[in-house]
Amino acid sequence: MKGSVQEFISEAEELIEDVNKNLLTMQDTFKQGIDPDVINSIFRSIHTLKGLSGLFGLRHITEFSHSLESFLDELRLGKVTLDSEVIGFLFSNIDILMRLFSDVEKGEKEGDVSGAIRDIEAFKGRVQGKVSGPSLEELGIDPTVVKVLSEYEEHRLKTNITDGKGIYQVQAIFGLTDFDKALEGLTNNIKAMGEVITTLPSSTGIPPGSIGFTIIFGSKERSDAFKDKLSGFEIKEIVQGKLSKPAAPSTTQDTATLKSITHTVRVDIDKLDRILNTVGELVLAKGAVHRISKEMSDSYGYTPLVIDVHKIAQTFERRLAELQDQILEIRMVPIGQIFGRLAQVVRRYTRDVGKEIDLELFGEDTEIDKLLAEEIIDPLMHLIRNAIDHGIEPADVRKASGKKEKGTVTLRAFPKGNRVVIDVQDDGAGIDMEKLVQKAKEKGLVSPGQSLERSEIIDLIFIPGFSTKDVVSEVSGRGVGMDVVKEKLSSLGGFIEVHTVSGQGTTFTLTLPITLAIIKALLIGVSTERFAIPLTSIAETLIIQADDIQTIEGKEVLELRGEMLSLLRVANVFRLEIRQSDRFFIVVVGFGERRMGMIVDEIYGQQEIVIKSLSDYLKGIPGLAGAAEIGKHEVILVLDVEALLEDAVQKKRLREDYKRK
Amino acid sequence: MPNILVVEDSPTMRQLVSFALKRIQGSNVTEAIDGVDALKKLSSERFDLILADINMPVMDGLKLVSLVRNDPNYKDIPIIIITTEGAEEDKKRALSIGANAYLPKPIQTQELIRLVNQFLGK
Repeated sequence: MKGSVQEFISEAEELIEDVNKNLLTMQDTFKQGIDPDVINSIFRSIHTLKGLSGLFGLRHITEFSHSLESFLDELRLGKVTLDSEVIGFLFSNIDILMRLFSDVEKGEKEGDVSGAIRDIEAFKGRVQGKVSGPSLEELGIDPTVVKVLSEYEEHRLKTNITDGKGIYQVQAIFGLTDFDKALEGLTNNIKAMGEVITTLPSSTGIPPGSIGFTIIFGSKERSDAFKDKLSGFEIKEIVQGKLSKPAAPSTTQDTATLKSITHTVRVDIDKLDRILNTVGELVLAKGAVHRISKEMSDSYGYTPLVIDVHKIAQTFERRLAELQDQILEIRMVPIGQIFGRLAQVVRRYTRDVGKEIDLELFGEDTEIDKLLAEEIIDPLMHLIRNAIDHGIEPADVRKASGKKEKGTVTLRAFPKGNRVVIDVQDDGAGIDMEKLVQKAKEKGLVSPGQSLERSEIIDLIFIPGFSTKDVVSEVSGRGVGMDVVKEKLSSLGGFIEVHTVSGQGTTFTLTLPITLAIIKALLIGVSTERFAIPLTSIAETLIIQADDIQTIEGKEVLELRGEMLSLLRVANVFRLEIRQSDRFFIVVVGFGERRMGMIVDEIYGQQEIVIKSLSDYLKGIPGLAGAAEIGKHEVILVLDVEALLEDAVQKKRLREDYKRK
Repeated sequence: MPNILVVEDSPTMRQLVSFALKRIQGSNVTEAIDGVDALKKLSSERFDLILADINMPVMDGLKLVSLVRNDPNYKDIPIIIITTEGAEEDKKRALSIGANAYLPKPIQTQELIRLVNQFLGK
C-alpha cells in the first residue's frame, strides 16, 4: 500500500494547492461579488480530503477537515456571510491542514487538532448569517426538477432568483458517441452569460443512440441576448429576471469549444531521475561506441563497414541528445508555479504586519527544473520577507521622502544561457552601510580603524548570525539568516548578488543552473588527478606562460585586461604535487567582483555529467560538490566552485586584516 | 464475472475502491471520473451495479441516479451511493429518487464488499 499512500499525499497536496489558489481568487474578488463556483470548489476539495484521510486512518486530519468542510458548506449555502475576516480565517486553517499533511509525509504523528476544531466552531457561531426565503416550488420551479437538485444547487437557484436574475432552461440532444465534448462546449458557452446551476441528463423521449440534457442557468441578461449564442437549442424562461438589461454586444465566440480537458499524467520525480540515470549510462555507452568507431577507422580506414558504424554512432548521438532534452523538458515547470505560492504568503504576510505592498511578478513562464524550483522557494520567501520587514519603509517615512506610500516588491525571472536568473527587488530604503559597519564593529568582525570596500560591507549580511535588527521580526524570525540563503544557493550550484542604492531600494539577484540533473562540465587535469568543473561556473579559460604570473604581497595574481585576477592553485587545495611547467591553463570562475582564476595543468574538453552525491567517506571535504562517472568506469570528482571562491575571498580578508595589524 | 461501474472524482479513492472490488470481491470494474463520464461508460457497456459518489464536479451523483432510474435500459441496475457524514440532506434526496443503498465515507472495505455482494446476490 506504500504506493497508494504516496498517491494519496500527492493528491492531497494538489487539493490544498487548489484551495489556496481559490482562496486567493476569493480574496481578490469577494468585494465585487464572488463566483459561487470558487467557494464550491474549495468545499469540494476539502470534502475529498476528508474522505481520503478517513480512508487512510488519519483520524485528526479527518476530524479537522470535517469541521472545516461543514463550515465551508454553510458558507456555500449562504448561511455564513463572506467577508475578509472569513477569508483570513480560512487561510489560517489551510495552513494548519498543510502542516498536518507535511507531518504525515515525514512519517510523523498527526498533530493535535482539538484546539483548531474548537476555533472553527467558535468562529461559526460568531459569523452565522441568516437563511430564509420562499421554497423553490413557490418560486415556480418544476417539483420533479427540485427533487434531483443537491442542497447546494437548490441554494444557488434561490440566490439567483432573489438576486433578481432570470432563470432559463436549455434543452439539448447529443449523440452518444461525443456527447461529453458537446456538453462541455455548450456549458462553456452558457458560463460566459451566466451561472450554470445544474445539468440534468435524461433519456426519456430521446431518440435511440442519443442523450438529452436540460441545463438550468441564471443570468441577468434577457433571453433575446442568448438566441444567437445558443442557436439550435431550445431555450425556455422559467423565472423572469427583475433586472434584465438590454443585451451587451457579444464578445465571446460563437463556436463552441470542443477541446477536451488536458491529458496529463502525474509522475514521481524519482522515477524521472531513474530514467535520467539510465540515460546517463547510455551517454557513457555512446562514448564507447564513438571511441570504437574511431579506433576502427584508424586501423582499417574508411571501409563501407566502418562508414556504417560511423553513421550509426552519429544517429545514436543525435537521438540520445534528443532523449535527454525531452526528459529534461518533462522536469521543467514554469517558475510561475512557485511565484503563485509566494504571492499567497506575501498577501497574508503583509496583512499580518500591516504594511501595504504591491507584489509584481515578471517572467512567470521561465522554465526551471522542478526540484530546483522546490529548493529555491524557501530562500526566495526569506528574501521577500526581508524586503517587507527591513527594506520597505513605513508608509509615513515613504511619503515624507516623496515616494508612493505603497511599497513594491518585484519578482523577476528570466533565462540567461543555461542559467535562470531571479531578481527579488524592493523600492525601499536600501541597505544602510554605516549601520552594517557599526554592527560589524560591535560584533568584533571588523577592527575599529579598518576601512572596508562597498562590496565587502554588503557581504557582511551573509555572515552567520549577523543581523542589523536587535530584535528579529516575529514573522521572518524563523531561524533562517542570509547565510543560509547563500549556502542553499551554493549547494544548488548557484550564487547570489546584492545591488543596493540608498533611498531607492535593494535587488538580490539569484543565479541558478536550469537543471541539476545533467550538466555540462569541463574536464581538467591537476597533477595526476582529473576533476570536472560545471560550465555554469566558468567565465572563460586562458593559456598563460609561467612568467605571466605575478606575485603581489605573497599572492599569485594575473593581469587580465587591465585588472588583477587572483589565482588559486587547485593542486594546493587538495595537497597534490605541483607539476613544474612553463605553460598553464587558467579557468576563470565566478562573476563580477567575486572572480578568480584556477590554475590547472590540463584541459581535456567538455562532457555531460550526472553529478552524484559523495559517500560519507568524502563528505565534508571542502571544495568538492560530488562525483561523476565519465566512462570506462572512471569516476571523477566535481569541484564546488562556490566553496572555493568563498574560501579565497575569506582568506583575502584575513590577510588584509593581518596586514593592518 | 459481474461488472461494476465505480464513479468517483478522487483518483486515490477510485483506485482503492476498484482495487478492493477487483482483487478481494472479484468483479470487473470500470472507472468513471464524474457523472458525464459515467453516462459515457453506461452507453457502451452493461453493468450489474453502480457505485457512485454524490458530490462530483460537472455532474453529480443525484443526476446519475435520476437518469438511471428513468431510463428503461438502465432502470434495473442497483445503485449504491457513497456519502459522507454531514451531507445528510443530499443522501436523503438520493435515496428518495431511487438509489438503493448508501455507503458512508470513510469507506470500510468489509462493509463495501458486504454491500456489493448483497446486491449481486452472492
